[in-house]
Amino acid sequence: MSDPTMSQLLNAEMLRYLWLAAALFGIGLFGILTRRNAIAILMSLELMFNAVNINLVAFNRFTSPSTFAGQIFAIFVVVIAAAEATVGLAIVILIYRNWRSIDADRVNLLKW
Amino acid sequence: MHETAHSFILDNAYWIALLPLISSAIILFFTRWREPLSAGISITAIVLGWVASIWVMIEVLINSHGGHFQYIERAFDIVSFETMHLQLGFVIDPVAAMMLIVVTTVSSCVQIYSLGYMHGDPRFSRYYAYLSLFTFSMLGLVLANNFFLIFIFWELVGLTSYLLIGFWFEKKSASDAGKKAFITTKVGDLGFLLGLMLMFAWIGTFDYDEVFAAVKSGQIETWKLTTIGICIFCGAVGKSAQFPLHVWLPDAMEGPTPVSALIHAATMVAAGVYLVAKAMPLYTASTTAAAVVAYIGLFTSFFAASIALVQNDIKRVLAFSTLSQLGYMIMALGLNGILSEHVEPGTGYAAGTFHLMTHAFFKALLFLGAGSVIHAVHTNDIQLMGGLYGKMKKTASTFFIACLAIAGIFPFAGFFSKDEIIVATMGHPVFQTVASLVAFMTAFYMFRLYFLTFTGEPRDEEKYHHAHESPNSMTYPLMFLAVLAFGAGWFGAPGVKGFSNYIFEYGGHAHTPSAHWSVIIISTVLALCGIGLAYLMYYKKSISPDTVVEKVKPIYTLLYNKYYIDELYDFILIQPTYRLGRFLWSFDANVVDGLVNLQATITYWLSDVKHWIDKNIVDGTVNGFGLFCDAASGAFRKMQSGRLAHYLLAVVFGMILIILLASSNLLNWTLAKVGL
Repeated sequence: MSDPTMSQLLNAEMLRYLWLAAALFGIGLFGILTRRNAIAILMSLELMFNAVNINLVAFNRFTSPSTFAGQIFAIFVVVIAAAEATVGLAIVILIYRNWRSIDADRVNLLKW
Repeated sequence: MHETAHSFILDNAYWIALLPLISSAIILFFTRWREPLSAGISITAIVLGWVASIWVMIEVLINSHGGHFQYIERAFDIVSFETMHLQLGFVIDPVAAMMLIVVTTVSSCVQIYSLGYMHGDPRFSRYYAYLSLFTFSMLGLVLANNFFLIFIFWELVGLTSYLLIGFWFEKKSASDAGKKAFITTKVGDLGFLLGLMLMFAWIGTFDYDEVFAAVKSGQIETWKLTTIGICIFCGAVGKSAQFPLHVWLPDAMEGPTPVSALIHAATMVAAGVYLVAKAMPLYTASTTAAAVVAYIGLFTSFFAASIALVQNDIKRVLAFSTLSQLGYMIMALGLNGILSEHVEPGTGYAAGTFHLMTHAFFKALLFLGAGSVIHAVHTNDIQLMGGLYGKMKKTASTFFIACLAIAGIFPFAGFFSKDEIIVATMGHPVFQTVASLVAFMTAFYMFRLYFLTFTGEPRDEEKYHHAHESPNSMTYPLMFLAVLAFGAGWFGAPGVKGFSNYIFEYGGHAHTPSAHWSVIIISTVLALCGIGLAYLMYYKKSISPDTVVEKVKPIYTLLYNKYYIDELYDFILIQPTYRLGRFLWSFDANVVDGLVNLQATITYWLSDVKHWIDKNIVDGTVNGFGLFCDAASGAFRKMQSGRLAHYLLAVVFGMILIILLASSNLLNWTLAKVGL
């Protein structure tokens, strides 16, 4: 089985999943850039992780259905995201202790 | 050498000199805080030396072998070169034996006397240490067996006299007098040193015997001997205070009075006369040098006697009297070198050394008596004394004996020795006239002193009221010396043999003093005239001293101011020296210091320039780099806003840029454009 061409890859069915993932990623990115609540930023970050996971699973399903590499990778990302969430929340707690607030814009000590 | 006589005391005679040195060292190092013990050690040493000296004299007389004594010489080399040997040794000849007795006798009396006189002085022990050292120096000088060694002791005498004259150095006048004595005698010592150098250059040795053998052999030209003789005499002029270096002696009265006695009678000034006596063969070989010696002595004796006529300080009168008497001795020694058909050869030598001995005794007595008077009335001014006889019988009567001795009244000591000197002047009319005149003046000023001090009405009631006889420690030495002042002359009396005829012998001429009746009568009459005049002026007051003074006012003023010699020296020597010093100082301050300051100013100015360069150019460069970096970084640091959103936006745009580049071959296109 030869490698599928780009046009073959981007067939109509897979494209729907990719659009979904892209939309999720864009929402997450928008959330990160615009939200000032640190918890909201973390939540947006989770959205972006999941968008990536959808991509991985979708490519796995439509390009090489006989392997599971994309799915296993997605599971890894989920595990890592859980670990990342704990660290992120710990940071948020420390921010709260220092500023009595979780407004990310107020954490601006490291500047000129 | 002349080694014939052997005896214990003659072989070990150097201990007479060493004992005072040892006692001095013990006092200085160990017993300074125990004053009676210090004095005891010092007196014990000198009295032992006195006993030993008498023993030496007896041995010398025993070994005289009918008028010709064999010298005793013991020496070892301290420095030895191929052609010369510097020796440390002693020689005993008749004059040395005589001087040993004189020095130890006077020194013993002075030390015992000082027990009372210096009682309670804060530096009592040190005083005794200095006295012992002084005595040691003089005894060493007496015993020295060569000219070099005598010079060493000569300088030691100078040093110790400086220490003792300036003993009360808290007084400015005393410390000045010490310096004056030291420096003035040093001028003469320079001549002595020069003489020694010439002696070594022309004769090649310092040893007495070798020098005199060379002189007698006639191989040395006379002008060389004359030069050496005059140079060595310069030393004697300084030490024996002859004109023109006499100025230190009157000032030396600032020292304690017993020290004056020691200096005047036995140690310091006697050294000069002794040196001339020792070097006598030089002067017999050179008539010119002998004439210089004789004329200086003659002039000094008259010059000093005339000053003594009018002085009012009891010690100064005695000081000028010493000058005059020393002039006598020097003159006699000088005349010994000038042959005269009127006197037998050696008379001058005998007279000089004989007078040295008798003078030592009565001059020590006079000074100690004066010290006793000063101790009682606390002033030196005879115009404030008077009538002290009643209060101080012992002092006054011993002083009277000394006055008779120095005036030359039969049978006191001075009579014999002074007549001997006048005999030695026979054949030289000028000398004889002046010497006789000096005898008259001596009698006058001594009895002026006596009458003003001890007789008449007290001129200062308060001082008279407090006056008292001195303690026994002071009066006993006076009495002992009075005996010698009375009797010492008999040893050299005409017709007395066994002592004088070879103690004072010179050059193998066994000297037999003979009575010259003309001299005896003239000098006695002159002395009695002097005493009589003093009696009329100061005791009877039948001639008023004031009217005499009025008649010869200019001469009186001249004499009272000591011929203005001190002022003359001040004008021609001291002031120019000061002026030269000030000139050199101003040269130093202006020129030398100016150069140094100029260099400093230039350095200072240069450093200002360098400071400017360093501050503006070097530092400017370094600061310029700093400022540039600061300004450049100012633009970029604004990027660090501290806002999370900004950073993330940058990440996003960066990401987009990379994706665009990667997906549109823009990168490849760009790389191709730049030629890669």
